[in-house]
Amino acid sequence: MSRLTDFVLAIALAASASAAVAQTYANVGRSATSKEIAAWDIDVRPDFKGLPKGSGTVARGQEIWDGKCASCHGSFGESNEVFMPLVGGTTKEDMKSGRVAALGNNSQPQRTTLMKVPTVSTLWDYINRAMPWTAPKTLSTDEVYAVTAYLLNLGQIVPDNFTLSDKNIADVQKTMPNRHGMTQAHGLWKTNGKADVKNAACMTNCGIEPKIHSELPDFARGAHGNLAQQNRTFGPVRGVDTAQPAEAVKIGATAQPPATVKNASAGTAASVGTTAPASAKPAELAKPADNDGLRLVKQHACTACHGMSNKIVGPGFTEIAGKYQGKAGAEAQMIAKVKNGGSGAWGPIPMPPQTHIKDAEIKSMVGWIMSGAKAETK
Amino acid sequence: MSNDAKHPGRLVRAPENFIDRDLAIAITNDGLSEERRGFLRKSFVTAGALIAAGPSFGQNAKAPSAAGDPNILTLPQHATTLGQPVAATPYGQPSKFETNLQRRQSPGLTRVPQASVSFAPLQGLFGIITPNGLHFERHHQGWYDIDPAKHRLMINGLVKNPKVYTMDDLMRLPSVSRMHFIECGANSATEWGNVAVPTVQYTHGMLSCCEFTGVPLSVLLDDCGFDRKLGKFVLAEGGDGSGMTRTIAMDRALDDVIVAYGMNGEMLRPENGYPLRLVVPGVQGVSWVKWLRRIEVGDQPWATKDEAIHYIDLMPNGQQRQYTSVQECKSVITSPSGGQRLLDKGFHNITGLAWSGRGKIKRVDVSADGGRNWRTARLESPVLTKCLTRFNIDWTWNGSPAILQSRAIDETGYVQPQINQLRAVRGTRSIYHNNAIQSWKIAASGEVSNVQAY
Repeated sequence: MSRLTDFVLAIALAASASAAVAQTYANVGRSATSKEIAAWDIDVRPDFKGLPKGSGTVARGQEIWDGKCASCHGSFGESNEVFMPLVGGTTKEDMKSGRVAALGNNSQPQRTTLMKVPTVSTLWDYINRAMPWTAPKTLSTDEVYAVTAYLLNLGQIVPDNFTLSDKNIADVQKTMPNRHGMTQAHGLWKTNGKADVKNAACMTNCGIEPKIHSELPDFARGAHGNLAQQNRTFGPVRGVDTAQPAEAVKIGATAQPPATVKNASAGTAASVGTTAPASAKPAELAKPADNDGLRLVKQHACTACHGMSNKIVGPGFTEIAGKYQGKAGAEAQMIAKVKNGGSGAWGPIPMPPQTHIKDAEIKSMVGWIMSGAKAETK
Repeated sequence: MSNDAKHPGRLVRAPENFIDRDLAIAITNDGLSEERRGFLRKSFVTAGALIAAGPSFGQNAKAPSAAGDPNILTLPQHATTLGQPVAATPYGQPSKFETNLQRRQSPGLTRVPQASVSFAPLQGLFGIITPNGLHFERHHQGWYDIDPAKHRLMINGLVKNPKVYTMDDLMRLPSVSRMHFIECGANSATEWGNVAVPTVQYTHGMLSCCEFTGVPLSVLLDDCGFDRKLGKFVLAEGGDGSGMTRTIAMDRALDDVIVAYGMNGEMLRPENGYPLRLVVPGVQGVSWVKWLRRIEVGDQPWATKDEAIHYIDLMPNGQQRQYTSVQECKSVITSPSGGQRLLDKGFHNITGLAWSGRGKIKRVDVSADGGRNWRTARLESPVLTKCLTRFNIDWTWNGSPAILQSRAIDETGYVQPQINQLRAVRGTRSIYHNNAIQSWKIAASGEVSNVQAY
């Protein structure tokens, strides 16, 4: 080929390449169908764009609540056991002003959902997309209206005989206790937003003589497990052995010469310079838990309602073990209880049926409970 | 305390702790005899079983006696026997000696493990890349390992052509690979009022950094013909039970946001959104929607649950800041850090991480006297935008109590603040976006603990 042909060819190739870039990517992706968009486009905005038509009463909401919501949130949305409380801390005055006073004067021990949320759309959208906790997106549209209505009723935002619908939801939003409680006037949304705190990069003799204003309390030193097991057993530092008091270990104690060891009394571990004999207890490698039943009760969120040994919503696992261990037919009875749910044995709050869990897994969990519900080996 | 001064030549037990103490003493005093060599050889056989009981103190390289260190004098099993074959572990695992560095939960922080957090062990990590198995986790309704052949991404809303993409489609498109940090907006939240947790894993461990690979979101938005005039925001939605949703402003969406499938050279881990997640550089982790199933273009923000109930920053006047997103410039010394213990006086390398959601790190200063005097640390390369930067600085500890701090400055000139400066503006109840200078106290014992000093 001549140089000229080469040149022309190159121009032609470049032209077609740039044309390809300017266009869409051929044969990549496809148009969504209207049914597909309807199936997934479930979000509801504060202007209620996206809200499907429908309605639900407070009374219907209460029925659904008692069956599907109360086990986590409490009968009145007040429970602080599994999740933070939904209801509480709002007043009629707040509904008038649109600002929840307790957020400013810190008069409530916790911030409940209804104290914080400015928009009913948020509640509707979230209940619709994510509730109930173990079976999200299974409520019908009218059920979502009903549950939202009941939650608002628990917060005394709508009356007992109220029916929430797509027609009146915007009006209800105008009465939300914290509807004026949000601000977007801050520098943390935009990349070039203005910082609200300004420090100076002083290098020498800066400011006042620094003081320690807060220290880790003694009880918190070991609250996250033994820190010796959370660091390497070699390298420039060790994790502190939090089984020992902070003052027990002295720098250099680790490096006593053999002569000292030789003189140490028999049975004393190599721990000269320490006051507690056990200080020579070596830093151990953490052992991973190996307990299938325990793993499964965590995986399936049973631990949300059942403590290891204490009642949360339902009884603790060791309590269950204590009651049923050694009883004839207990295993089959418990497997059925997990599968089908039930109430009465431990109190009025029902356990919801766990139909989504495989039989083998239920058997494994029940087996773990019946063998004493042992927590992981430390 | 002064033993080391009196006896500068020191023996500490071998790292594997398998030598009987009497034997060690005998070797030290009298050297190795043939008989003792025999004991040592036998010891190696059981070394593996005893290894879990390693010593809690340092191994000094100084020779224990005229004879020398038995770890040198007696060849170990790994030097005198045949090792394992290739592909013995087809997907490689860390050494069995590394089990102490794990993702861990903070007891009492959350009540339900499906809506919880596990923290990355920053105290033991090197450089700036977080190993995929140690990347912090935050789930809102549990995680799943989703079949990539069935995963779909939909783009709809204010677009000319709403589209559906398979993983095949997305992985055919032009890709980018970029290194970015991800930090939960609630990282360091426990420290707003006072010191609450012992180690850097729990104060700062909702932080990780990876090289992410995927398609720029701008490519996909263009491909669907998004409305450049009315499209001011996008909503990102997850495919998990919680259907995680967050609003992202369009200028940011078009700037550097990635629809990512790759993470440090392999596919995303299930806990991190396999097979598809959003990467929103510089922005808090909650916006990096995992198991991403949908992007919607709209003309106003959505005020979703995690924009109107959680991830809002309460100010002292009772107002809540909505759509707080940017992770401002921050740094922390990762070693020595809380819950660790220095082995000895003398030389130490202070090392840590710095990052900014507004760009590159320009400088990091380190103080050993609680912020009175500072020295500038070395920044290790690479120094990338919205990415972790590793810093190091030499330090000789004289054995007196000390307070270590690091202070980062980013390319906008913003200087990482003290906790009291943050509190003066934001109070102590805002939960999110605590980017204060962290203080670590070093006691005369060498124990490092979490304090607030200013």
